[in-house]
Amino acid sequence: MLDMVNSVYTWIQSQYLIWTLIKILVITIPLITAVAFYTYFERKVIGAMQIRVGPNRVGPLGLIQPFADVFKLLLKEIILPANSNRFLFLVAPIISLAPAFAAWAVVPFNDFLVLADVDAGLLYVLALTSLGVYGIIIAGWASNSKYAFLGAMRAAAQTVSYEIAMGFALVGVLILAGTMNLREIVLAQQGGIFDWYWLPLAPLFVIYMISGLAETNRAPFDVAEGESEIVAGFHVEYSGSAFAVFFLAEYANMILISGLTAILFAGGWLSPFEGVPVLGETLLGEHSIIWFLAKTVVFMFMFLWYRATFPRYRYDQIMRLGWKVLIPITLVWVMLAALMVVLGIVVKGS
Amino acid sequence: MIVQELIFYAFSLVMVFAAIAVVTVRNPIYAVLFLVLAFFSAAGIWMLLEAEFLAIILVVVYVGAVMVLFLFVVMMLDINLVPLKEGFTRYLPVAVLVAVAMAVELLMVLWSRGRFGASMFPVPAPNSSDYSNTRELGELLYTNYLLPFEVAGVILLVAIIAAVALTLRTRPGIKTQDPAAQVRTRRDESVRLVKMKSEKPRGT
Repeated sequence: MLDMVNSVYTWIQSQYLIWTLIKILVITIPLITAVAFYTYFERKVIGAMQIRVGPNRVGPLGLIQPFADVFKLLLKEIILPANSNRFLFLVAPIISLAPAFAAWAVVPFNDFLVLADVDAGLLYVLALTSLGVYGIIIAGWASNSKYAFLGAMRAAAQTVSYEIAMGFALVGVLILAGTMNLREIVLAQQGGIFDWYWLPLAPLFVIYMISGLAETNRAPFDVAEGESEIVAGFHVEYSGSAFAVFFLAEYANMILISGLTAILFAGGWLSPFEGVPVLGETLLGEHSIIWFLAKTVVFMFMFLWYRATFPRYRYDQIMRLGWKVLIPITLVWVMLAALMVVLGIVVKGS
Repeated sequence: MIVQELIFYAFSLVMVFAAIAVVTVRNPIYAVLFLVLAFFSAAGIWMLLEAEFLAIILVVVYVGAVMVLFLFVVMMLDINLVPLKEGFTRYLPVAVLVAVAMAVELLMVLWSRGRFGASMFPVPAPNSSDYSNTRELGELLYTNYLLPFEVAGVILLVAIIAAVALTLRTRPGIKTQDPAAQVRTRRDESVRLVKMKSEKPRGT
């Protein structure tokens, strides 16, 4: 019996395509489940911050609520607006979902758990996060609706602006780590919580989180949706499962940005207790995937925290913040990061 | 090897199809989207050439930023196709001449026995797995080609400044906002709290 299982296992491993497909499923299925519970988490957290209860009817503590929502959306009719562009209207949600999932290919969960350990991982992630905006623009245009179109225009300008600040924040990490491989970037941060890049790159860390908010069109930068001004922005004409796919893409993007923040600035799967005298020698000091997931959840929580705390930015102020505040700061700090390496304050790639 | 060739031909076919579609489709939005598809296929082909840095930069810069702005502009324009097509038959002979000349030039490059023929270049051996295209490019750009690289950067900077200088017109009578002043406002500048005694309705 055991022999048979073993032989099946080795056969699957030899079939490169099947093995990769299994790995992809092992990443995406938990990701989709995480998205479902992230929506529940969001409603509970924001409810608590606003002294409400949040969903509590479906299942114990309302835990089945996300599934109720999913089935409701899947069973609803997809309405095609008159004079809309049918093909682009239906393709847009898929275009916005695909990059959000494809980017997970290079995300290292720990030292060896990574689907594609590529050298240009950081660039790949930057490229894919910049593609998500196409779904929004195409949706806005194909809907043949003024509100959707306005939302799409806002999203396009906002994403292109904040991408620059985000790219420079990544350049800072690149200079300190000396590599674009995400796994090696984490390994370069070894040595305890004060060796992670949030400390030497503190302004870039904050700017990366702000641009992450803007890239995912989340509050307080959610002018692309802006329900008080333009109803629901780019997805105002969407219903049923097409809307659900947009929703999925947005939350998958938020989890992705949280995971990347954990990897780039908070040491990925490294333990924060590394090198601490007593605690570091216990189980807490070990590096494991649990640390990566815990850090990701912390950053995911911050997304919700911002939403409950800040009022929506005015559109022109978003542009001003991006171009006149964040980009100059990143430019200066990238040079400072290079100086830190040259002067030996931070040892490159160690 | 055969898989790589299949991938190459798949990408090339898509790219040629998309490039033709860019100039033939009627809807300008579709034209821009086909251009995006062509860029993607080009990135795929570069990836096959082990030039992953160029491939991803193509996606980041052209697909992620330039084409978004293109799409932005094309969507805002209300393009009327009829006047654009008016001169089609008149300019057709010139266009055909240019097209034929370019095709002949391309074929001459492909078939010439001199410096460029396809037979002149052997199939490049694949690099070892620790080869990093990004590192190689960076080392070349910042050592051997430092001066040309810096000059190119300065030229781009001049172009940016020139573009701003050419389009920036200060017209009189424009209302602008001063964000610093907006941020600096205090409550007492806009709201005045007045203490007063409660009044009785008149006539009772």
